[in-house]
Amino acid sequence: MGLLLAIVVWAITFAMAVPFVTQTWWMPESITALGDEIDRAFNWTLIGTGVIFLLAQAALGYTVWQFSRPTDKPASDSHGNNKLEILWTTAAAVIFVGLTFVTYSVWAETRFIEQKSMQPSADRLIVEVTGQQFVWNMRYAGEDNQFGPTDIALIDDAAGNPVGLDRSAPGGADDIMVPEMQVPVNKEVEVVLKSKDVLHNFFVPELRIKLDTVPGLVGKLRFTATKEGKYEIVCSELCGLGHYKMRSFLHVVSQEEYEAWIAEQASYLF
Amino acid sequence: MTEVQPSKEVAEYTEVHRHPEPKSFLWKYIFSVDHKVIGIQYMLLAVVAVFVGMALSLLVRLRLVCPECSYPLLGTFFPVGAPEGVMTPEFYLAMLTMHGTVMVFMVLTTAPQGGFGNYFLPIQIGAADMAFPRLNMLSFWTTFVSFLLLMAAFVVEGGAPMSGWTGYPPLSALPEATVQGIGQDLWLASIAVFCIASLLGALNFIVTTLDLRAKGLTMMRMPLTCWTWFVTAILGLLAFGVLLAAGVLLLMDRNVGTSFFVPAGLVVSDKVIDHSGGSPILWQHLFWFFGHPEVYIAILPGMGVTSHVLSTFARKTVFGYRAMVYAIAAIGGLGFVVWGHHMFVSGMSPYSAFVFSVLTMCIGVPSAIKTFNWIGTMWGGKIRFTSPMLYSIGFVSLFVSGGLSGIFLGQPTVDLYFHDTYFVVAHFHLIMGVAAIFGMFAGMTFWFPKMFGRMMNEPLSKIHFWITFVGVYAIFGPMHYLGMLPHPRRYAEITGVDYLAANGAAELQMFVTVAAVLTVLAQFIFLYNFVKSIFAGKECREENPWEATTLEWAIPSPPPHDNFAGKVPHVYRGAYDFSLKGAKRDFAMQCNDDKAVFGEPATQASGD
Repeated sequence: MGLLLAIVVWAITFAMAVPFVTQTWWMPESITALGDEIDRAFNWTLIGTGVIFLLAQAALGYTVWQFSRPTDKPASDSHGNNKLEILWTTAAAVIFVGLTFVTYSVWAETRFIEQKSMQPSADRLIVEVTGQQFVWNMRYAGEDNQFGPTDIALIDDAAGNPVGLDRSAPGGADDIMVPEMQVPVNKEVEVVLKSKDVLHNFFVPELRIKLDTVPGLVGKLRFTATKEGKYEIVCSELCGLGHYKMRSFLHVVSQEEYEAWIAEQASYLF
Repeated sequence: MTEVQPSKEVAEYTEVHRHPEPKSFLWKYIFSVDHKVIGIQYMLLAVVAVFVGMALSLLVRLRLVCPECSYPLLGTFFPVGAPEGVMTPEFYLAMLTMHGTVMVFMVLTTAPQGGFGNYFLPIQIGAADMAFPRLNMLSFWTTFVSFLLLMAAFVVEGGAPMSGWTGYPPLSALPEATVQGIGQDLWLASIAVFCIASLLGALNFIVTTLDLRAKGLTMMRMPLTCWTWFVTAILGLLAFGVLLAAGVLLLMDRNVGTSFFVPAGLVVSDKVIDHSGGSPILWQHLFWFFGHPEVYIAILPGMGVTSHVLSTFARKTVFGYRAMVYAIAAIGGLGFVVWGHHMFVSGMSPYSAFVFSVLTMCIGVPSAIKTFNWIGTMWGGKIRFTSPMLYSIGFVSLFVSGGLSGIFLGQPTVDLYFHDTYFVVAHFHLIMGVAAIFGMFAGMTFWFPKMFGRMMNEPLSKIHFWITFVGVYAIFGPMHYLGMLPHPRRYAEITGVDYLAANGAAELQMFVTVAAVLTVLAQFIFLYNFVKSIFAGKECREENPWEATTLEWAIPSPPPHDNFAGKVPHVYRGAYDFSLKGAKRDFAMQCNDDKAVFGEPATQASGD
């Protein structure tokens, strides 16, 4: 029975590990420099935990096999081994806590964007994203580069004003509301996240970052996409019965395409 | 067993705590104050609940692989949620929510602590009962009321709530945002009542452990099971109060117009919501301040049973007993300061992430100690492959697998990608779900002869172990790969997103569902074995069939009403004195003095 159990434990361990090595089911390719760094953090973690996983399961299997074999020797009366205990504890502490220290700078780069040292480029593109059950509303500031004020009394989904934009107020006339996000490649983009009803979560797997949209709060994410393409924005916080289909797209296009697109959107306004 | 005359104080003490054995069925089995009966009541509640929970998970699994399939029987019971037998997305979410709630509260919290802890804590420490037997009865029946309230959510108009077992507002706070009405209120009421029951239980466990230990049973001689029940009770005492408060506040937000969790300016379906001033994130802080310790409430007793069983059937003392105790305490303590790792992407201050992350990683250290010591316990032993031993070895393997995926999620950087994906689902199911359940399987098969005076059928238990052990890995292993894609959790189907179907999510989901159906079917083997063995299992009146060392094995099976028949056991040694050099047998019971263990003269003192 000991050998059988060992073989089953080893076989399961092997079967679990193989897809992580062959990368059969894997993350989509990252499209930002930050995403590449997050992948590196993931890879370090995978190596660290993978080695521990293999060693621990191998040791477990070996132990139940070896010490279940018939023998005349009595069981050892060892009560423990402090040296081994300290060695093991220190190794675990160094690996686990060390991982956090190694990977933390990426988090800082992603999320400490309000800090002075993280000031964004002045010509960044700001897109306001408002989640609602079960659509994403994207707002661009338009030609004047200024977002108009909103008022919940003006919200009217049927009339195409999901965020309650005041078109008559300064800055509001040229704001562009679209259901999908279009950004130029290699341009810094700031996403301003809001919600008008419940929690949602703005997640683009290729960007490797996500953040809840919280009613009453404003969240911010920044990214610079370096590969053109069409990427899905998927809601990653339970928001109700349509949660699974609350999806939009992020189009990363050339500067020219972007300019043509934004001009076309602006032309619909007047 | 060896007994001594109780000292005067002890004799008086036991007298106070003795209650006469009731004769009528009602007072003996229903409103019993006997901790053993209450323990079994908790276990039976958990058995009922676990089958409800599994049925719900099957519905969830079935809808994931075939959203349009019709199950006519389902349509009969849930004409609204499953019209003509086809499950709606909201029905899917309701099943998901109830699955999580039933499993976490009614199974993982009740059975290990209320069930096994209730039955065996007093016996293992040499007490006649819990410190407060009537309070104990009240705890169980309050829990039962909570269970009824939760089940009632299925049958009210609008059906069960669909905001997940975490119940995040505003979704859970605004009836306008879901199709449900009173179901969410019943859910909250159930949770609140459950918290009260758990608080009462926790007090009882703590006082019992501190005050009712037999003479000679120092804290550092307690079985590790008692240590885990003790620490679990402390966690419960500190955590459930917070959830109780949060639940009441949310109930008020829903029903009396307060706004603790709902901010101003919300618009649902073009309708302005009349709330202002609340914060949805406040709920998350309160919930996870409870929720993270809750994970350890579920798993710590399983760790205790595993240590206990591994030592018993390896015929070897626990490797590093002291380190194990410190690790249990460390896991419990750290469990209170890591709740923020559930909220890295919630929109809370990003600066707090570092603290929560480092503290979270620190939990890896005592967990590593435990794993190392479990293997160390078996190392050099003479392993007997009884079914409890198999389940405990399974526990260690699952604990390693489920624990290590936590290392990914505990780092905010990596969590940015994996948060709210199936990777998380895989992680917590392995560690807090099935590892904890393997602890219960181990406990049930181990203590069954003591509780019922009969054995469970060993071959059946072993068949059940093999299928379940492979089965749970087949279910939760592939969920890691779904998380890689990344498959967000709580999605009713994969049609809403293009990349899922394109990257093999459907095939993986199908594999998981097939594995889940087979594994659930295998649980009927255990159920059959459990029920049949109670009435017709092989009789086992031996006091100590496993040749174990702790006090429960020194009294008859099943134990008499007041456990030690009015006598006070005296404890002479630590809980795991196996294979002592020079001893007559390869185990020395806690109530055996050196003379009994080594024969005349006592030449060697045992370890602590």
